[in-house]
Amino acid sequence: MSINYQDRIPNNVDLGSNRTLQRALEHWQPEFLKWWQDLGPRDFQVADVYLRTATSVDAKGWATYGFVHMPEYRWGIFLADRDPNRKIGFGDNYGQEVWQQIPGEFRAILRRLIVTQGDTEPASVEQQRMLGHTAPSLYDLRNLFQVNVEEGRHLWAMVYLLHAYFGRDGREEAEELLERHSGDANKPRILGTFNEPINDWLSFFMFTYFTDRDGKFQLKSLAESSFDPLARTCSFMLTEEAHHMFVGDTGINRVVRRTLEVMKELGTEDPLAVRNAGAIDLPTVQKYLNFWFSSSLDLFGSETSSNAASYFANGLKGRPDEAQYEDHIAIEQSFSLELPDGSGSTKVEQIPMRNAMNEVTRGSYVRDCELGVKRWNRLIEKAGYSFRLSLPSTRFRRNIGAWAGVPTDLTGRPIGQEQFSAQIGEWLPSESDRAYIMSLMHGVHEQGKMAAWIAPPDRGINNNPVDYEYVRLH
Amino acid sequence: MPTVNEKELVTFDVAGEHRHWRLTFDGRVATLAMDVNEDCGLRPGYKLKLNSYDLGVDIELHDILQHIRFEHPEVACVVLTSARERMFCAGANIYMLGTSSHAWKVNFCKFTNETRNGMEDSSRHDGLKFLAALNGTTAGGGYELALACDEILLVDDRSSAVSLPEVPLLGVLPGTGGLTRVVDKRKVRRDLADMFCTNPDGVKGERAKEWGLVDDIAVPEKFQEVVRTHAQALVNDSTRPADAKGIKLTPLKRMLDDNGYHYEHVDVAFDRATRTTTLTVRAPEGPQPLEPDAIHGAGDQWWPLAMARELDDAILMLRVNEPELGLLLLKTTGSIDAVLASDRVMLQHRNDWLVRETIGMLRRTLARLDVSSRSMYAIIEPGSCFAGVLVELALAADRSYMLALPEEEGDAPTPKIAVDEMNFGLLPAVNGCSRLETRFSGNARSMAGAVKAKGKLLGPKEALDLGLITLAPDDLDWEDEVRIAIEERAALSPDALTGMEASLRFPGAETTETKVFGRLSAWQNWVFIRPNSTGEQGALKLFGTGSKARFNWERV
Repeated sequence: MSINYQDRIPNNVDLGSNRTLQRALEHWQPEFLKWWQDLGPRDFQVADVYLRTATSVDAKGWATYGFVHMPEYRWGIFLADRDPNRKIGFGDNYGQEVWQQIPGEFRAILRRLIVTQGDTEPASVEQQRMLGHTAPSLYDLRNLFQVNVEEGRHLWAMVYLLHAYFGRDGREEAEELLERHSGDANKPRILGTFNEPINDWLSFFMFTYFTDRDGKFQLKSLAESSFDPLARTCSFMLTEEAHHMFVGDTGINRVVRRTLEVMKELGTEDPLAVRNAGAIDLPTVQKYLNFWFSSSLDLFGSETSSNAASYFANGLKGRPDEAQYEDHIAIEQSFSLELPDGSGSTKVEQIPMRNAMNEVTRGSYVRDCELGVKRWNRLIEKAGYSFRLSLPSTRFRRNIGAWAGVPTDLTGRPIGQEQFSAQIGEWLPSESDRAYIMSLMHGVHEQGKMAAWIAPPDRGINNNPVDYEYVRLH
Repeated sequence: MPTVNEKELVTFDVAGEHRHWRLTFDGRVATLAMDVNEDCGLRPGYKLKLNSYDLGVDIELHDILQHIRFEHPEVACVVLTSARERMFCAGANIYMLGTSSHAWKVNFCKFTNETRNGMEDSSRHDGLKFLAALNGTTAGGGYELALACDEILLVDDRSSAVSLPEVPLLGVLPGTGGLTRVVDKRKVRRDLADMFCTNPDGVKGERAKEWGLVDDIAVPEKFQEVVRTHAQALVNDSTRPADAKGIKLTPLKRMLDDNGYHYEHVDVAFDRATRTTTLTVRAPEGPQPLEPDAIHGAGDQWWPLAMARELDDAILMLRVNEPELGLLLLKTTGSIDAVLASDRVMLQHRNDWLVRETIGMLRRTLARLDVSSRSMYAIIEPGSCFAGVLVELALAADRSYMLALPEEEGDAPTPKIAVDEMNFGLLPAVNGCSRLETRFSGNARSMAGAVKAKGKLLGPKEALDLGLITLAPDDLDWEDEVRIAIEERAALSPDALTGMEASLRFPGAETTETKVFGRLSAWQNWVFIRPNSTGEQGALKLFGTGSKARFNWERV
């Protein structure tokens, strides 16, 4: 059977002339499509969705728009263009040639890094598979599916690396990526957070803002890798990931905007009144933010990490935007950590910088998260209200690292377990908060309509109007 | 980086609550869940993350196993698992190893090995079965602990793997028999074992089962059910009594001072000037229980058990706390008849569970002596009682000196020794043979002589003729002979002696245990002192620091 590879699988890796890769992907692609049918967006597989497809990495090709049935989406394989002068940018091999093949000694570690990253991509599609039914508009429905198909493409990107560079082991791991399923007690996804279903759109926006942003920083770290194909793959993925965070950022923005409108109409800030008018009160937005921010922080790992140190030393995974740092070896430096002292207070410990790389990346992530919070607060301020959204302390509600299991308030001050249990309902969504949010979740699938709890976006996709029929449901 | 303070006295008896393990009972199945408290390392300077362990964690494991053996005779199967989600055990703590001296590492490995060997010993001889229920990631020493169990079950959650990552990650060897048991016990084909032992990620699921690394796999929802089924099957195989009542193991009464360790039946006296220790075991005194009821009534105060516990503790304490006292003089004192009588009671009631467990305890304790890196001389003097179970001390020694007094003259009776049924297979050394068989390397004539002498009190000449002792100096030579032998020994290189003694102590065929100890002493310890592992640029030294090991590529 002769296949036009460029047609079926858009790529810039010369798939058409690589027999090994063709054989691997021919076997894997039907499995992927089956997975997409079984665990991808539920009940919308025959809809025509206005989607962006990458057909090349240049400015013209990376965003080609058109109506597509999702199962016929052309998941492509793209690496950012190769820079022939690129050198290793950090660690013990700083300044040497980057690797075009996997060095044998790092095979296992690189495979694990790629598998762990790859596992999150299909996981989020699985987590979000029921959301189509409750989309607040066709515009949002389309954005959901855009995010989903691109997470699917990111899976392809990781599978490409596994197939192209890791031989039989890589092919087996690629199959396993489709075997593990989010929330399946018997075959769970690797990282805990990716096993929780996302059943409401406020959570979806929080996920795309906070959790996908973790993805952004992981990809940025991997984009620094000495293994050039991985670095180039991740660089290109970042352009798509930006859209996912845009969905989260503008989603929360629109929720806040709608709430402010309602508050203005009613002339009150009273959360109950806001709810009675069908919008989401700001304290509830804050609780969801607390929940998703804190659970996303865990994804960066422990503050002190021997793995992180070894990744950095060996040039496998760097700091996001490594170029901004002066010292790329980081062997002499140390990092100050504030840790719980076990008796309700804190102590400061100096640890070697290389062991602190998770914390360094987490710090960059937190600063990035703050930008959106500022924008949302500007809306509130402009509307004349004193309420402000804020990020909780990075110590709050942690399950991984030095602060795991240490009860603190939102500012990170250690408090007693009793006080924590008594106040947690004020800090995180309670059962009744969740029930309220779920009560708002009704699909709005009519062209131009928007659910009452969210404002319309400022503009549509690809210069189309907001009320464009982004999804043709038939 | 802080180093492990090894000067502080280490004790092996556990007072109070266990900090690292949770033990629960369900009929004849005990579940022992590892739940290491990361802040409770035995020494400061490292955290026991991810259910990794140090000597303190293993001391608790040893203690718990003792309690199961004696306090819970109804338990037929111990399920070893973890209280953590998706993490069974990450193995020995690397930072602890990285900051420890060579001697500390060796003692740590030896003790952990003995605990695992002890599990196999209890399964083989006394019907206490072990099931490893690996509910998550199982690496290094964690997998070695599983290898010591009768069966291994691994959860199949598409992530959890078993692995021995020591070679690829740390540049050392698995220290508790992992390599040997993978090919010897589990019969994993050696090329597959080669793949397994060089892959830091290990092997999971169906393949782990196919290769023989585990016996069965089960998805998380089925896992507990499969564990129960396998545990029940092991219970059905067990010879432990279903309806017996245990005895209480009370804390050892031990006094420590500058001169030594002092117990009720065992005494340890240091002589720092000559770098020797005299270890004296006392015979039972006064009336001893003759029937099972009375033995159970005496409980842990019954002489064979009390003496074995004290001797075990003394050996362990000496090893870790007194490394410079290189020569152990083994002595006994008391009535030789009392020892033989005690043996007769043990032999007569050896099917009673408590008697059987006590023999097991004696077997494991004497085996500890065999693999101790100390020179051992048995000193057989008037008033000594090297008979039956206690003559094993003389047979374990590298040499024995027996004072030959002229029989016809003095009032002081010349010392006697005796062998009895206990010495013919009930107390095998780690090579699986009795110390008599080992001594005679299978020489049938010598063995026949020993068999004929069973139960007789043997004077120096007969003992010498039968080959049961090394030398029998007379009273004129005795003092100088013994003094010079001690001084001569104490002057030799301790390393060479350790190697020489270990090589001479176990002639004949190898067993898994002799291989494990031999390879630990030779290969593992060699790797431990090579710069490629523990030099400034060594893999173990640099693990976790973010700096990469630099190897000397010469193959030696």
